[in-house]
Amino acid sequence: MEIEKIISTLHTFERKVLPVLKETSSFEKIAEKTKLQKVEVMRALQWLQNKKIIRVNKTLKEAISLDENGLKYKEKELPEKTFLRAISNKTPLDDIKHKTNLSKEELGVSLGILKSKGAIEIGKERGTIVSITDIGKNILKKEFPEETFLKKKFPINTSELKDLDKLTFENLKKRNKILKINIIKIINAEPTEIGKKIIQHGIEEKNIIDRLTPSIIKSGEWKNKKLRSYDVKINVPNISGGRQHFVSQAVQYIKRIWLDMGFKEMTGNLVQTSFWDLDALFVPQDHPARDMQDTFYVKDPKYGKLPKELAKRVKATHENGWTTGSRGWQYEWSESAAKENLLRTHTTVLSAQTIAKLKKENLPVKFFSVGKVFRNETLSWKSLFEFIQVEGIVVDPNANFMNLKGYLKEFFAKMGFPDVRIRPAHFPYTEPSAEVDVWHPVKKQWVELGGSGIFRPEVVKPLLGQAVPVLAWGLGMERTIMEYYGIKDVRDVYRNDLKQLKETKIWMK
Amino acid sequence: MPTININRQVFEKLAGKKLPIEKLKDRISMLGTDLESVDEKEIIVEVFPNRPDMLSVQGFARAFSSFINVKTGLRDYKIEKSNEKMIVDRSVADVRPYTACAIVKGMKFDDEKIKEVIDIQEKLHITYGRNRKKVAIGIYPFEKIKTPIKFLAQNPKDIVFQPLEFDKEINALDILEKHPAGRDYGHLLEGMKKFPVFRDANNEVLSMPPIINSHNTGKINEKTKDIFIECSGFDFRVLKKCLNMIVCTLAEMGGKINSMELIYGNKKYITPDLSPEEMKVDIGYINKLLGLNLKEDKIKKLFERMGYNYRNKKVLIPAYRADIIHQADLAEDIAIAYGFENFKSLIPKVATIAQEDKFEIFKSKISSLLTGLDLIETQTYNLTNKEVQCKKMNAEISSIELANSISSDYNVLRAWILPSLMEVLSNNKHHEYPQKMFAVGTIFKKNDKFETNIEENERLGVAIASEKTDYTEIRQILDYLFRSLNLKYEITDAEHNSFIEGRVGRVVVNGKKVAYIGEINPRVLQNWELEVPVTVFELNLTELYSQTKISIQ
Repeated sequence: MEIEKIISTLHTFERKVLPVLKETSSFEKIAEKTKLQKVEVMRALQWLQNKKIIRVNKTLKEAISLDENGLKYKEKELPEKTFLRAISNKTPLDDIKHKTNLSKEELGVSLGILKSKGAIEIGKERGTIVSITDIGKNILKKEFPEETFLKKKFPINTSELKDLDKLTFENLKKRNKILKINIIKIINAEPTEIGKKIIQHGIEEKNIIDRLTPSIIKSGEWKNKKLRSYDVKINVPNISGGRQHFVSQAVQYIKRIWLDMGFKEMTGNLVQTSFWDLDALFVPQDHPARDMQDTFYVKDPKYGKLPKELAKRVKATHENGWTTGSRGWQYEWSESAAKENLLRTHTTVLSAQTIAKLKKENLPVKFFSVGKVFRNETLSWKSLFEFIQVEGIVVDPNANFMNLKGYLKEFFAKMGFPDVRIRPAHFPYTEPSAEVDVWHPVKKQWVELGGSGIFRPEVVKPLLGQAVPVLAWGLGMERTIMEYYGIKDVRDVYRNDLKQLKETKIWMK
Repeated sequence: MPTININRQVFEKLAGKKLPIEKLKDRISMLGTDLESVDEKEIIVEVFPNRPDMLSVQGFARAFSSFINVKTGLRDYKIEKSNEKMIVDRSVADVRPYTACAIVKGMKFDDEKIKEVIDIQEKLHITYGRNRKKVAIGIYPFEKIKTPIKFLAQNPKDIVFQPLEFDKEINALDILEKHPAGRDYGHLLEGMKKFPVFRDANNEVLSMPPIINSHNTGKINEKTKDIFIECSGFDFRVLKKCLNMIVCTLAEMGGKINSMELIYGNKKYITPDLSPEEMKVDIGYINKLLGLNLKEDKIKKLFERMGYNYRNKKVLIPAYRADIIHQADLAEDIAIAYGFENFKSLIPKVATIAQEDKFEIFKSKISSLLTGLDLIETQTYNLTNKEVQCKKMNAEISSIELANSISSDYNVLRAWILPSLMEVLSNNKHHEYPQKMFAVGTIFKKNDKFETNIEENERLGVAIASEKTDYTEIRQILDYLFRSLNLKYEITDAEHNSFIEGRVGRVVVNGKKVAYIGEINPRVLQNWELEVPVTVFELNLTELYSQTKISIQ
């Protein structure tokens, strides 16, 4: 009974392969006899082995075949033989070259080989002079062992080589593209005890249907026959479909969090004037953050335009605090420095532009953005020159520092980090300023994920017309993404390896 | 940002209390300095640029000691009045108009101390001094100087002295050329006809700010007891602050601060001036901003924990603090003293309406249509190079260059997106075909109608690489997109060197050209070392989106 049950699970391929095993165990022969394709035989053997009907042995062998130079020399002649025949007494190398048309490499090889065989003597008189020796003359009369070797029927297994052939093989192997050595798998299959019994029992095929077809369904043929059982535990080949890049998946998720919390999305340009990126955020023009080395500036068009009225207010705020109650930075603000185009260094630039468009009656409002920012760095395993920043602002006359902590804690809890702490920091545009750390449950330490604070009155008043507290944060993303996907080299985030894009897990937070 | 290395023993003595290591770590972080590392011997912290007064062990310990409630409130520094004078000549008005000076007596120097002082000087130069542009600091052995000292500007050829660590006298121009400090900071004197110089009563050169001191009169050693300090620059307020930071630190090292009289024509000033600045405090403002309800006596205590004094609704700001320009700065210090960790997290119950950006919604719809067709989304960089944008594409397309990219592989903004996709295909040759992918990204073009004189558009690039791909296949995708968007389009014949002649079209919607579509020229394939046919289109999504809106109306 056991045997019959097994037989009923056999696939067509298996049914074809199994009887052949009485006559042969070689993979090639099985394919020949069953007229199945090699992949089909392979699969049949795999399945039969899983069912413990057969044993499959795999051994590795080195097979020698001729490479391009080998084929060439077999057809024409070995270069060293050509070389040797071209020598009369004391022939300059240049003459040989001329006569034989051998390549520089072949000339060199021939010189070496013939010298080691004692077939030639090499001298120097205004260039290399070659003479043939008696041994050389003798050799020339017979077939070179290398020639004999090349005439063999390939492929040859290395294990079959003996004595002189073995030596010749070793010599030829070292030379350029004469021999190819392929590692080949030799597969043998033998029935196990159960297998032998099954073969003996015979595999009845008549009453088994392999595939249910529309005509079988329609005709009712299936009623009298049995549908072959499958091995449902078996592995199947991979398939893959279209999908979003894993960074996009994460970005979508993050956007959802802020939308769920009632935030509106901000978008804007990647190239910005220094005015919006820095001046409007009260970053003094001699601040180290404005150094050439960190920021990408545009060569041409080098300058953009300034919003006239706002620029006046910003200038006054930098110089003396304007009406913000601040002393300002006490220096002369330069319009041309503010006009310089750069690649935005933070998405906080979008916050500044958003606040500038707000009206008093719009408040309170909350905005977020998830977008690219730039830093002039070389690409390496730990640094990118463009990366994603998550930005948020809450413009609310009643907002306070506790709320800032509240929003950040809520966001990070949804990102999978329930423990958040803030600690004092410094940014030119926020006061108080806070670094945002999350507790990393695996690393068991605080990990810094961004900066936050309340915009200074010197930022808000020129933009909005009044000093309202604006809670603000800018958070890094790539680290969280990398960790989720187990990526160690940050360049792999944007490597676009299709296999990785197709097969990596989806964002499941 | 600069870091300082602190000897833990010295620090603990100055701070007046020894804390267990975990507590120490926590308190340092919560004071507003970034802790880099701490062990038995040494603490390394990064000082934020708003607190240059903390760039010395003394300054850091001073702030720390108040913060942990050991030595709170304003420190009292005694200044002895000296009759030493600094005469500032009118000639410096155009080159380096101001200096603020002091003398500190009774210093005890050894190798270590000398190094420490030089270290503080250098860190202040880099940060608060903006690499000596804003402030240059000079420190001299006072014993070698005969007062009154003069600050004047002279013809560079007339300034001849032996600069620090140099074996002979040379003139100012040679210093700029030959001395390392001259080469590093010479640009600060560029274009000036006269250079600033300090000379003593014997007409000996003390230094040529902001470049270098004299080897003879400008180098302190173990025998030095009294030192002369000057800060020179362009803003007298800034210079006085910087001087205050230095003298307070030296006083904490054991020195006695002596004032100097500065004579600017008919005006006279005495520096250093360590009297605290006053600022009005609105307790209501601070409480509202922080979400707290602190009473005045609590506020007073918190101010004292940050080194201030408070009385009569006014705060007295230590003379070394350079970062207090608005009440908001005071609010931050109150928050630090209160402890960031002690703030509750609270989301207010305020209703605001969420709104995803409409164009972003449009883009994600396009993206889901394409993934439904088994296309893989790629994410490519905005930065690229001309080789990729033009040469390899066999195309002449003008792209915007960056002024200062440190990588020649990424020094232009992309003008079209297909090259990015070709690059992806080229990098994926080892994977199986067919390969179908798309990318959505920004492209940049000069256009003076925009604020930055650059127009940014979002483009969609689609590419298929397979043995069997052809125009029909790529066209089907385009067609599917337009049908799904309910938009009519036409295709006209086009010419484009990246494509095969006769197999490239221009897609037009309502008279607007929105895309190129076709089969990639084998020459381009060869440039990318691709061995299978590639079909593509590049679609202007910004334009398409506005056409979609028109068609809805």
